[in-house]
Amino acid sequence: MQLHVVNKSPFEKSTFESCLLHVKKGSSILFIEDGIFAALNKGKFSEKVKNALENYKIYALEPDVNARGMKNKVMDGIKLIDYSGFVDLAAEHDAVQSWL
Amino acid sequence: MALDVGGKVVETDEEGYLSNRDEWSNEIAKAISVAEGIDMSDNHWEVVNFLREYYEEYQIAPAVRVLTKAIGKKLGKDKGNSKYLYELFPYGPAKQACKIAGLPKPTGCV
Amino acid sequence: MSEEASGVVKKFLYINRKAPYGTVYALESLEVVLIAAAFDQDVSLAFFDDGVYQIAKGMDTKAIGQKNFSPTYKALGDYDINKIYVSKESLDARGLSKDDLMDLKYEDEDDDWAEKDSIHIVNSEELADLMDSQDVILSF
Repeated sequence: MQLHVVNKSPFEKSTFESCLLHVKKGSSILFIEDGIFAALNKGKFSEKVKNALENYKIYALEPDVNARGMKNKVMDGIKLIDYSGFVDLAAEHDAVQSWL
Repeated sequence: MALDVGGKVVETDEEGYLSNRDEWSNEIAKAISVAEGIDMSDNHWEVVNFLREYYEEYQIAPAVRVLTKAIGKKLGKDKGNSKYLYELFPYGPAKQACKIAGLPKPTGCV
Repeated sequence: MSEEASGVVKKFLYINRKAPYGTVYALESLEVVLIAAAFDQDVSLAFFDDGVYQIAKGMDTKAIGQKNFSPTYKALGDYDINKIYVSKESLDARGLSKDDLMDLKYEDEDDDWAEKDSIHIVNSEELADLMDSQDVILSF
């Protein structure tokens, strides 16, 4: 299984939506940098993320969430991880796909 | 560049601004003021401390105009004018006082 | 600032459409705004699309090793920059409201230094009118 990393805001780029079209069930999605704006419990993408949680494990990098003032706004079910958690995820998966 | 403060070497940029704001102390401020040719009085300290508080709150060193207005509001009209501030810091209150306060050069100063 | 800089007052609008930290646009814009404030022009700031995230409250950047420059927006009032327009549509799309934004205020010199809101929530039509009425638009 692969780790899919999304680092662009879903409002600016279509990488998150493209990721959703190409990700196999059971894979993991990790939001980092401006990608964390897709991980929020309200807004245009919340429904998509909620549905995605049924098929994928979804993570968000907590330092990037906190930097942007989005602490407490992350959707339930999305796991917050730190940098060492990021390393663990990368090591646990067969490969990493970065949706640049 | 570097500044010798009682045997301790403190890094500054080529214009004499402290490289690491967190290293600042009253001793370092005094050493910078000596290099600037300023004899620190309570009035000087008042401005320097005001700048440090302003930086702490807003994360910038204010422009002279903003500093003057803010000083006037906090310390009274007799101090919130450029004549008073230039008497304390002849080479520019924002530039010289910021340097002594260990802050970066105010945004917009050349 | 030199005397030549004074004279004609033009309407300047700074447009901010990018989230902070992921790219450098937000910080660059803020620095230009602060520098240009010395020229005493008629300045407005607009925040829309992901730009609304620039003035969100509660930022904590310690763990990403970048400077949290959001407190600096609170100094804009001191720089006589007090016309800040935020897109309602952009907030709505992001599930945000005015309560999620920092409290940006200024003191009105002409009204006995009364503290007033700098932020105005506007719709896209009002933003279009705002853009249409400017002499200079700087986009970030």
